[in-house]
Amino acid sequence: MKSRSREEEHRLAAYFRGEIARLATKPVRLMEVCGTHTVAIFKAGIRQLLPPEVELVSGPGCPVCVTPNGYLDTAVAFSRQADVIITTFGDMLRVPGSSSSLAAEQATGADIRIVYSPLDSLEIAAANPGKKVIFLAVGFETTAPTAAATVLAAEQAGLANFYVLSAHKLVPPALRALLTAGEVQVDGLLLPGHVSAIIGEEPYGFLAREYGVPAVITGFEPLDILGAVYLLVKRIAAGEAALDNEYRRVVPPAGNPAALAVLDKVYGEADAAWRGLGVIPASGLAVKAAYRRFDALAALPVTVEETKEHPGCRCGEVLRGVARPADCPLFGTACTPEKPVGSCMVSVEGTCAAWYKYGAGRWQV
Amino acid sequence: MCLAVPAKIVDRKDLMATVEVSGVTRQVSLMLLPDAKVGEFVLIHAGFAIQTVDEEEAKRTMELFEEMAAHEE
Repeated sequence: MKSRSREEEHRLAAYFRGEIARLATKPVRLMEVCGTHTVAIFKAGIRQLLPPEVELVSGPGCPVCVTPNGYLDTAVAFSRQADVIITTFGDMLRVPGSSSSLAAEQATGADIRIVYSPLDSLEIAAANPGKKVIFLAVGFETTAPTAAATVLAAEQAGLANFYVLSAHKLVPPALRALLTAGEVQVDGLLLPGHVSAIIGEEPYGFLAREYGVPAVITGFEPLDILGAVYLLVKRIAAGEAALDNEYRRVVPPAGNPAALAVLDKVYGEADAAWRGLGVIPASGLAVKAAYRRFDALAALPVTVEETKEHPGCRCGEVLRGVARPADCPLFGTACTPEKPVGSCMVSVEGTCAAWYKYGAGRWQV
Repeated sequence: MCLAVPAKIVDRKDLMATVEVSGVTRQVSLMLLPDAKVGEFVLIHAGFAIQTVDEEEAKRTMELFEEMAAHEE
């Protein structure tokens, strides 16, 4: 919500705060699903603006955090092959796998390159015809179409040495799994704005219809988030379950049909394993048969070590909203952003990393 | 990871656009937003334009909130 004077912003923020305090007569728990929201909430000090009755919990919306160790171990195994170049977004580099990380492999000579866009991988593939270039395709519906478009561009360019190692995941099935499990009571949901920019409003219809949970698609400015909390508290107070879209400037009801068409051409829905949530039906994306030659797992041989989890790490429970970072015995001692044990601490969007950076939970939430 | 930044399209050639963010220009793909036009603000994510930023809708959302606030005073 840009293009307003500071005075207007303050006035609206004060209005939202006042209304939230007036309407929240009993405790409510709202979940922000998206890791980018988690960071924005901490950065803007939103929690401190809310009355004690309104609790915000973080959900499973950090792609790096929900990627299970097995995927990392596979990426590490590929990186050890002499003729492989790994391309990846930067936040995957330090995520610990079962016994190593991409950063550790890089330090011992593996060719691992950080890219800003998956398209950068194609230039690397063209410049290194004797190598296999594998892009670590991680991310939700915002990012998945960019990987799909890159596969189409590789096909068009006639590149025979570009592959994706796909771990894309879908937000709505994860929300369904969380609500079905009922492990954490959620009274309202703040939905991810940029995932919604792609998928639109319809895929969230089930939240109100089947689970009676109000939800708001919202942006990332402090006022967007405060406005969304207000809309949720207002719905809860009125006993209404509905989907509101506070982020219409970026999220048309139908999302981005062109991006969805590209996505659908390359990827099909598949069961996927999430850290903390287990295997969720039809919650991931697998490369379709027509594009199998670009699928690293289908096209290239690899031997992966046996997957192990760190015994003390409670990242899985944090991702489900049933534990807070401070509940973990490792938090802030054995596990810090400098020396992370679990993925919730390694990603800048991880709940543990955000807690640590913005005050280690030294306030009442 | 779903971070996206708004940028203005200053030029386009086929499915590549030149966008400007805070005075810096860069190339982005329009494969996911083929109908984007020069002069529009778009959201950029991982080297792709992924959605148009609708200034009119932005104004409408604000006006709606303003009305709510005014109504209460």
